[in-house]
Amino acid sequence: MRLATAANEAYTASLAVSELLGCKQCGGSRGQDEILQVGSEDAQMHTLFADSFAALGRLDNITLVMVFHPQYLESFLKTQHYLLQMDGPLPLHYRHYIGIMAAARHQCSYLVNLHVNDFLHVGGDPKWLNGLENAPQKLQNLGELNKVLAHRPWLITKEHIEGLLKAEEHSWSLAELVHAVVLLTHYHSLASFTFGCGISPEIHCDGGHTFRPPSVSNYCICDITNGNHSVDEMQVNSAGNVSVSDSFFEVEALMEKMKQLQECRDEEEASQEEMTSRFEIEKRESMFVFSSDDEEVTPARDVSRHFEDTSYGYKDFSRHGMHVPTFRVQDYCWEDHGYSLVNRLYPDVGQLIDEKFHIAYNLTYNTMAMHKDVDTSMLRRAIWNYIHCMFGIRYDDYDYGEINQLLDRSFKVYIKTIVCTPEKVTKRMYDSFWRQFKHSEKVHVNLLLIEARMQAELLYALRAITRYMT
Amino acid sequence: MEKMSRVTTALGGSTLTGRTMHCHLDAPANAISVCRDAAQVVVAGRSIFKIYAIEEEQFVEKLNLRVGRKPSLNLSCADVVWHQMDENLLATAATNGVVVTWNLGRPSRNKQDQLFTEHKRTVNKVCFHPTEAHVLLSGSQDGFMKCFDLRRKDSVSTFSGQSESVRDVQFSIRDYFTFASTFENGNVQLWDIRRPDRCERMFTAHNGPVFCCDWHPEDRGWLATGGRDKMVKVWDMTTHRAKEVHCVQTIASVARVKWRPECRHHLATCSMMVDHNIYVWDVRRPFVPAAMFEEHRDVTTGIAWRHPHDPSFLLSGSKDSTLCQHLFRDASQPVERANPEGLCYGLFGDLAFAAKESLVATESGRKPYTGDRRHPIFFKRKLDPAEPFSGLASSALSVFEMEPGSSSMSWFVDTAERYALAGRPLAELCDHNAKVARELGRNQVAQTWTMLRIIYCSPGLVPTTNLNHSVGKGSSCGLPLINSFNLKDMAPGLGSETRLDRSKGDARSDTVLLDSSTTLITNEDNEETEGSDVPADYLLGDVEGEDDELYLLDPEHAHSEEPEYVLPQEAFPLRHEIVDTPPGPEHLQDKADSPHVSGNEADAASLVPVDSSFSLISVSHALYDSRLPPDFFSALVCDMLRFYAEQGDVQMAVSVLIVLGERVRKDIDEQTQEHWYTSYIDLLQRFCLWNVSNQVVKLSTSRAISCLNQASTTLHVNCSHCKRPMSSRGWVCDRCHHCASMCAVCHHVVKGLFVWCQGCSHGGHLQHIMKWLEGSSHCPAGCGHLCEYS
Repeated sequence: MRLATAANEAYTASLAVSELLGCKQCGGSRGQDEILQVGSEDAQMHTLFADSFAALGRLDNITLVMVFHPQYLESFLKTQHYLLQMDGPLPLHYRHYIGIMAAARHQCSYLVNLHVNDFLHVGGDPKWLNGLENAPQKLQNLGELNKVLAHRPWLITKEHIEGLLKAEEHSWSLAELVHAVVLLTHYHSLASFTFGCGISPEIHCDGGHTFRPPSVSNYCICDITNGNHSVDEMQVNSAGNVSVSDSFFEVEALMEKMKQLQECRDEEEASQEEMTSRFEIEKRESMFVFSSDDEEVTPARDVSRHFEDTSYGYKDFSRHGMHVPTFRVQDYCWEDHGYSLVNRLYPDVGQLIDEKFHIAYNLTYNTMAMHKDVDTSMLRRAIWNYIHCMFGIRYDDYDYGEINQLLDRSFKVYIKTIVCTPEKVTKRMYDSFWRQFKHSEKVHVNLLLIEARMQAELLYALRAITRYMT
Repeated sequence: MEKMSRVTTALGGSTLTGRTMHCHLDAPANAISVCRDAAQVVVAGRSIFKIYAIEEEQFVEKLNLRVGRKPSLNLSCADVVWHQMDENLLATAATNGVVVTWNLGRPSRNKQDQLFTEHKRTVNKVCFHPTEAHVLLSGSQDGFMKCFDLRRKDSVSTFSGQSESVRDVQFSIRDYFTFASTFENGNVQLWDIRRPDRCERMFTAHNGPVFCCDWHPEDRGWLATGGRDKMVKVWDMTTHRAKEVHCVQTIASVARVKWRPECRHHLATCSMMVDHNIYVWDVRRPFVPAAMFEEHRDVTTGIAWRHPHDPSFLLSGSKDSTLCQHLFRDASQPVERANPEGLCYGLFGDLAFAAKESLVATESGRKPYTGDRRHPIFFKRKLDPAEPFSGLASSALSVFEMEPGSSSMSWFVDTAERYALAGRPLAELCDHNAKVARELGRNQVAQTWTMLRIIYCSPGLVPTTNLNHSVGKGSSCGLPLINSFNLKDMAPGLGSETRLDRSKGDARSDTVLLDSSTTLITNEDNEETEGSDVPADYLLGDVEGEDDELYLLDPEHAHSEEPEYVLPQEAFPLRHEIVDTPPGPEHLQDKADSPHVSGNEADAASLVPVDSSFSLISVSHALYDSRLPPDFFSALVCDMLRFYAEQGDVQMAVSVLIVLGERVRKDIDEQTQEHWYTSYIDLLQRFCLWNVSNQVVKLSTSRAISCLNQASTTLHVNCSHCKRPMSSRGWVCDRCHHCASMCAVCHHVVKGLFVWCQGCSHGGHLQHIMKWLEGSSHCPAGCGHLCEYS
């Protein structure tokens, strides 16, 4: 399939998107005119598409969704291309296999299928795809790190690192390990994005064709469930609809709060204890923020073969109320420490990721829903810090009370689900937060989420590596 | 308080004493600062804030400033600074954005004085004015710098960097009103304290965050900055534009930089990640640190010179929860462990190589040359303490001279171009190559090819020993002199260069070898003059002197000594190595002068005439019957290949390797093969034999080699209209939508092979241009240029 000519491929891509658009479920008012059609893009987007196509030999749906934010997409593609195809310590098929391992942790069939193709294309052994136990011992060793990193990165210790680096003939070198860690975190967060934006399968992958049984025919670009939605959900969906005026107030209220915070910030100063407890409260609460319909989803797809134990998930620990230790950014931050370590062991990647973080964090169009010229930095910082807070990462100079003011419950549920258990996201969650906001803004939120998540995971992993080295 | 002043008077002046020592803190330190009297040091960190007295033998805890029931974030310090005018005054920067001042003169247990909560983000740095008692400056993550007057409750002025987070602020020591600030985006700004509206000057100093800066204590214009890009740069700010005067490349991002007192060119640095050592650099010698302190087990977070006029005491705090005092005389000096080596070409192809004598001696097993010929051309101008790195070891210098004309490598080029390496049966290849070699007068090589053909192709197999005997005899005397280059520990890059020289040496096809190469060994015995009684501290360049004129090679002097180059062969350093290197073949009863030892084509003139050797082969061919399988010879062939490679004829080695393919490959280890390949490819590329080198790359089976022509295959082109790079496609510009590469002949867009004229930059389809230039010598575009196609 990948060998198809350029023309064919472009045709395929446009087909895929138009199918997405034709979907009834999300059609109606917003989806159709907001999601981009290939052919109608402007020059900058066109260049990006061309670059993406040249690098990957395809134009995937992730690119089509991310192109809402071309500036970010450019950096994203550059980084991904470097990680997967340019000079690096790991052989090509390893890279894709690690991608598969990481995506499979979140049961993200979309990414798994994509990379299974790539894996075979670069000459990977098909036998490995039958499960991790068929892969070389070296990759099997990585399984543990993958698991911890995906679900409880704060548990990573230097013993994990040591175990990987000192395994006699199966041991990893530091450079390889950093490459692997960057890949793992990249694909964990990309899986979040895939579910968060409901990326539907590529046309040439399983489930990508519309001429299939009805159960898969209603894929669409905002089909959050990625195949595991149920019928009753649609009903709930209609019931959960709120009138336009209501949601209009939502935006107004949010802006009002931002203004208030901006003004009264200097007046009332919370005491130190207050600040600390606010962080703790937020951290603790974040564990219990979960959608009520937390039904057990059995991983039905064949990606489960990459799991060693599916039971190991985020949910476990939150139920048991395990304590997340506090990680202070002032002691180990990406800009000072993480960057230096990555760039030392895997040159240039530190720079690329750093740029990507910067763009994601600083991206703004100064708009909120229908309002223009809004300073959204406070909101963006709240989202970013909330995600880091869920991972136990604390900024000394941030008042965590702001989070509660700015992020309402449905939004928190969405964030929490995307970041921790993306496979459980439903379309309803996607619809129910920020109802008046545009799709592009929701994609923007997703970009913030995935970058914050990636940074959090990286920080924990790199700190462990640093500790191992000292 | 009177206790403190007593200490001050006791230690006043610069008569500091002490030793290298350390003490354990309870928690990691983030910053340290020294009191003006050099007797006390304050250590601050996330959960520590203490004052230690520095005594003769140890640190003594003096005061714990972290008081109160609950630890507050105000006490979690990112930075601390002690006022240099008032020993009771301290300021800390807290991670939550608060600036706190402390007055040690307060009678209560809590010494906290004032609290400024104006910054919204972490404060990275605080700095007192060097002469003004009440002025404090802070720089924060929120991008603002604030100037506080301690007599007032809030800031006097706010400076906005207009860019990202402020990482460091430093008052100029000389200019009353000036301060410098460094930013996370790589910028450095210079401000006038009286003008908060805009900065005086801004420039980009580093790629990535600038973590620190320090004004030179004496030279008013000098500012040192250190960044995440692993560089320390020294800027001269007196000129109109900030000028980079020195640059030191370190191995990790630079967290702190501090000029060393009383030493104009010295500065101390420590790193934020990975590297735990503290280095003292002489900025004029940016490659090797002048001194190194290795006490810490985790990254060093704060460094401070103990006294502003004493260069020998350095204090440091670290993440490993220790506070250290380092004495300069206890520092380790990387220079001592370095192996100085130098390699340089002369104008006429001479090559000089100098290395520490001990190295050369052990390599070759040669006794140190102890003659009276002391440094005839290689001498040290004078003993100068500003040149601390010179003359710590005696060194040997070898000069290799080329015979005029012998550097011609035409045979190499011809051979490379004409050899056939693949695509035909083995026998034909061997015959062809033998013919090529013979035509170029390289009979030894031709012989080898012929033998290879016999070994591997003919039904009758010949033991090579016998027939080669006669060939070898003639050549056993002339040893390749250039072989003395073969120092085993040369870097690979260096190695390949050396190989080139060796091949050059081999090129002297019919010259007499014996005195064509000369060696000069100099035993520079510096230990006597340098004298071990000179204190190490002194050696490290505390005294200023003229820079950088070390190892002056006086041309006149050198000329006058020229005759002395020619030394008897005995003096020749690595001469014996060649005899030892090729291991004698075990299974053959041959002597040391078997062909694979002596096969130096340089001696071709002395070899048996071509015809006779040929007939010899044909005779032996008839004489011997096929008994032995080709495998029998593979060890021998491998030895032969190694021999050629050792001789410098890596071309032969690689060619045979390719031609024989699987037959010998398995007997030679992968690394050696790779080494040969890279050397040969390097050589080919030096002679611009791109096609041949690519063919070699293609035919090689080593993975590392065959990926060579996969790398950097992208060619970036600029649009001919708007002169901007064309990113997506090579033939149409995204910006101006012109088709950039039109064929000058057919006026169509060229999408495949495009050929340009380098003179007038017109071009077009390869076929069209070729055809055009057959008929005309002018450019098809009509520009009047006389294009040339080659």
